[in-house]
Amino acid sequence: MLGAAQQREALTGTPALIADLGDAVLHHQRCADGVPTLWVERQRLPQVLRQLRDRFPMLLDLFGIDERLREHKPEAAADFTVVYHLLGLERCEECRIKVAVNPPDAVPSVRDIWPNADWYEREAWDMYGLEFSGHPNLRRILMPPTWEGHPLRKDHPARATEMEPFSLDEHKQAREQEALRFRPEEWGMQRATEDTEYMFLNLGPNHPSVHGVFRIALQLDGEVIVDAVPDIGYHHRGAEKMGERQSWHSFIPYTDRIDYLGGVMNNLPYVMAVETLAGIEVPARAQVIRIMLAELFRISSHLVFYGTFAQDVGQMSPVFYMFADRERLFGIVEAITGGRMHPAWFRIGGVAQDLPTGWERLVREFIDGMPARLDHYQKMAMNNGILKRRTVGIGAYSQQEAVDWGITGPALRATGVDFDLRRDRPYGGYDQFDFEVPLGHRGDCYDRAAVRVEEMRQSLRIIRQCLDNMPAGPYKSDHRLATPPPKERTLLDIETLIHHFLNVSWGPVIPAGEASFAVEATKGINNYHLVSDGGCNSYRTRIRTPSFPALQQIPLISRGLMIPDLIAIIASIDFVMADVDR
Amino acid sequence: MAEPGLGTLGTIAFGIAIIAAAVGGAAVLTWFERRLLGIWQDRHGPNRLGPFGVLQVVADMLKLLTKHDWVPPFADRAVFVFAPTAIVVAMLLGFAVVPFGPDLYVLDLNIGLLFFLGMTSLAVYSVLLGGLASNNKYALLGGLRSAAQMVSYEVFMGLSLMGVVMLAGSFSLRDIVEAQRELWFCIPQFLGLLTFTVAGIAESHRLPFDLPEAEHELTAGFHTEYGGMKFAMFMLGEYLGLILISAMIVTLFFGGWLGPWLPPVVWFGLKVFALICFFILLRAAIPRPRYDQLMTLGWKVMLPLTLLNLMATGALALWWRA
Repeated sequence: MLGAAQQREALTGTPALIADLGDAVLHHQRCADGVPTLWVERQRLPQVLRQLRDRFPMLLDLFGIDERLREHKPEAAADFTVVYHLLGLERCEECRIKVAVNPPDAVPSVRDIWPNADWYEREAWDMYGLEFSGHPNLRRILMPPTWEGHPLRKDHPARATEMEPFSLDEHKQAREQEALRFRPEEWGMQRATEDTEYMFLNLGPNHPSVHGVFRIALQLDGEVIVDAVPDIGYHHRGAEKMGERQSWHSFIPYTDRIDYLGGVMNNLPYVMAVETLAGIEVPARAQVIRIMLAELFRISSHLVFYGTFAQDVGQMSPVFYMFADRERLFGIVEAITGGRMHPAWFRIGGVAQDLPTGWERLVREFIDGMPARLDHYQKMAMNNGILKRRTVGIGAYSQQEAVDWGITGPALRATGVDFDLRRDRPYGGYDQFDFEVPLGHRGDCYDRAAVRVEEMRQSLRIIRQCLDNMPAGPYKSDHRLATPPPKERTLLDIETLIHHFLNVSWGPVIPAGEASFAVEATKGINNYHLVSDGGCNSYRTRIRTPSFPALQQIPLISRGLMIPDLIAIIASIDFVMADVDR
Repeated sequence: MAEPGLGTLGTIAFGIAIIAAAVGGAAVLTWFERRLLGIWQDRHGPNRLGPFGVLQVVADMLKLLTKHDWVPPFADRAVFVFAPTAIVVAMLLGFAVVPFGPDLYVLDLNIGLLFFLGMTSLAVYSVLLGGLASNNKYALLGGLRSAAQMVSYEVFMGLSLMGVVMLAGSFSLRDIVEAQRELWFCIPQFLGLLTFTVAGIAESHRLPFDLPEAEHELTAGFHTEYGGMKFAMFMLGEYLGLILISAMIVTLFFGGWLGPWLPPVVWFGLKVFALICFFILLRAAIPRPRYDQLMTLGWKVMLPLTLLNLMATGALALWWRA
């Protein structure tokens, strides 16, 4: 495994990178995934990032780590760390920049380098209380405005039983409600100009078309949107905090509920990150099973998108057809995994079970019937004149804007950026498959939908290849850290018995280190960054989701449009709030 | 008034029967629409209560009747309560001039057509006032949209019928039906039919033109704050509007009660039923245009088409007579 990591370091040219940055680099941390991880001086951070921006144009992720209780600390670490995860699209290379900080010292804000740093820095402040100098609006983003403390700090309680029992008296309710009132002045908005008085409209958190609990405060002139402020956090469940409490194995079901339409697609980056840390090689059969299930869920998620997209522009019927298809799909998923929306079926080292007898027939029936139905939907929805008039040219952004704002997945490819992790940095066996990456060119609502529609066809193609070439062999690795361990030999010798007992009761002990794993999930790049301190559970679980930056970008693309356009934009983004708030 | 018709007592009885039938029909239509949509959308729709689920109507009524009759404290109470009744009254009055058969009508006004147009225009106030009185931003936007939509679509709604009037030489709906003995007006007045149908759907706020309501954009638009029976009145008004518009299209373009073998009123009923099914199919099939696109369609496509129709019909009628 170290071989693979070294290979990747060589590929990215880490030594050259370090030489380029000169003495700003304090320390080069070796990570299990081989991504160059460089500690730089806090004051020189903006300069370093500006220098790296040409080569790594996308800020994939920005997050904090509380290092205070960590035993296996990197040598340059202080109390807290801010991590900047950068992505180069052309050569598909990654790089992590880390900054050590001891509050109340502040880290320079990088909002002016990447606009999407705005929300990420707010999140890091919200979660860790880290100050970012130069950030104009460092306020709560995921937690309620009245929250006390910073929840991802190690000294913040993780469970309700460690806190005072919750009660909501009238006084507190009034205060909470008042805290939610939108104040335009706080966002630099005017209430009126000389000749116009603006209307401020709360769209959400309860609104039929915001796909969950998402609120956008709109500044309206008639029905025209002057400005918009997205407000998230209503679906925040502290998944990252839970990651620090659960064992490596028992966190898997929580990942299903991040992008709750993606099912096992969420398991994939998590288990692969753990496998990278542990150095587990997954057997071929398990790899292909994983890909097949992940692609089935990609179709399932895209079907929901397709139906709701048509519904949000006012077309009533398509959603019913697509949900019927999704139901057929869930039939297959249920036959294979036993679960439907959230099977939690991938395991560290493989999958939970082998495929059931007769799975081929189920899958074949589905992929044989689906293309004709997709043709039908194309005629019904995508070729409809009114739908086109509602979506073509609406909510468009350029390639540059998409990259600047950290937009990934179909929403990035709709602008014509030819980037798909499955093809450009094949993971988990995707290099064995033949498929195309559909592209759009306008980057508008219609293209975002069209790319997803075509992706469904490509997924069907991948699934057919899985069906025709399913390898024989074990469905789980026999590595000692694969969980739960294969049981065949447990009753035969004491070594395996003890091993099995410990791995099942405490869970596996994953070697100390750091690794991240990014996959092309249903909605874009889903990246898990895991920090192991050599224990039974994660020291820090960072979940980078594609929906979070997409929502941040809404004001940019909706200014000057009307409310119905905003609804079309929201529909075309394809997000779920659990994937935003985690 | 009703000299050749049913006599005074008969007219009153028939009027009451029409009200009962229209309200009953609208109620059954709520169930029928859901079943029909269900069939088209590969699902069942309400099929549990009674034969084919038709008793769902009764269950819905009971539910709506027993709901809390709530007026939001911030609403303009009097107007808020009045608004939903206006649409029902206006729509029911519209039925007065519809000839269901050669002798089956409440009123044979010599300006029957204008009376119908007047009543449908009055129904708009219901939406406007409901939106305004709710004192809710979504309702206000719904009301605004409704006002803009009506201003645009009323214009050519009336004009689109003038071709029919020219051909029939009368505003009386009975005369118009009689004038179609040779040829239904849907053929010479095809453009008129097209434009009037579009305007008619716009009047009844159904899906391609349901912008004042537009649940995906404005939650429920003008009736966001309404619940219970007051909400039911809006729904009743909408379905009455659907029946009324269908009846009007049948009367004006599809020969009303005319038809061989079957009794006239059966013919009328069958034609209206077919049109209603068509409107439900429209709802199942078409997305909702944007509000400015709807205005553009009204002013830049529908109005010129209507004027063209009017001029062509006028010219042809003059030429014919000469």
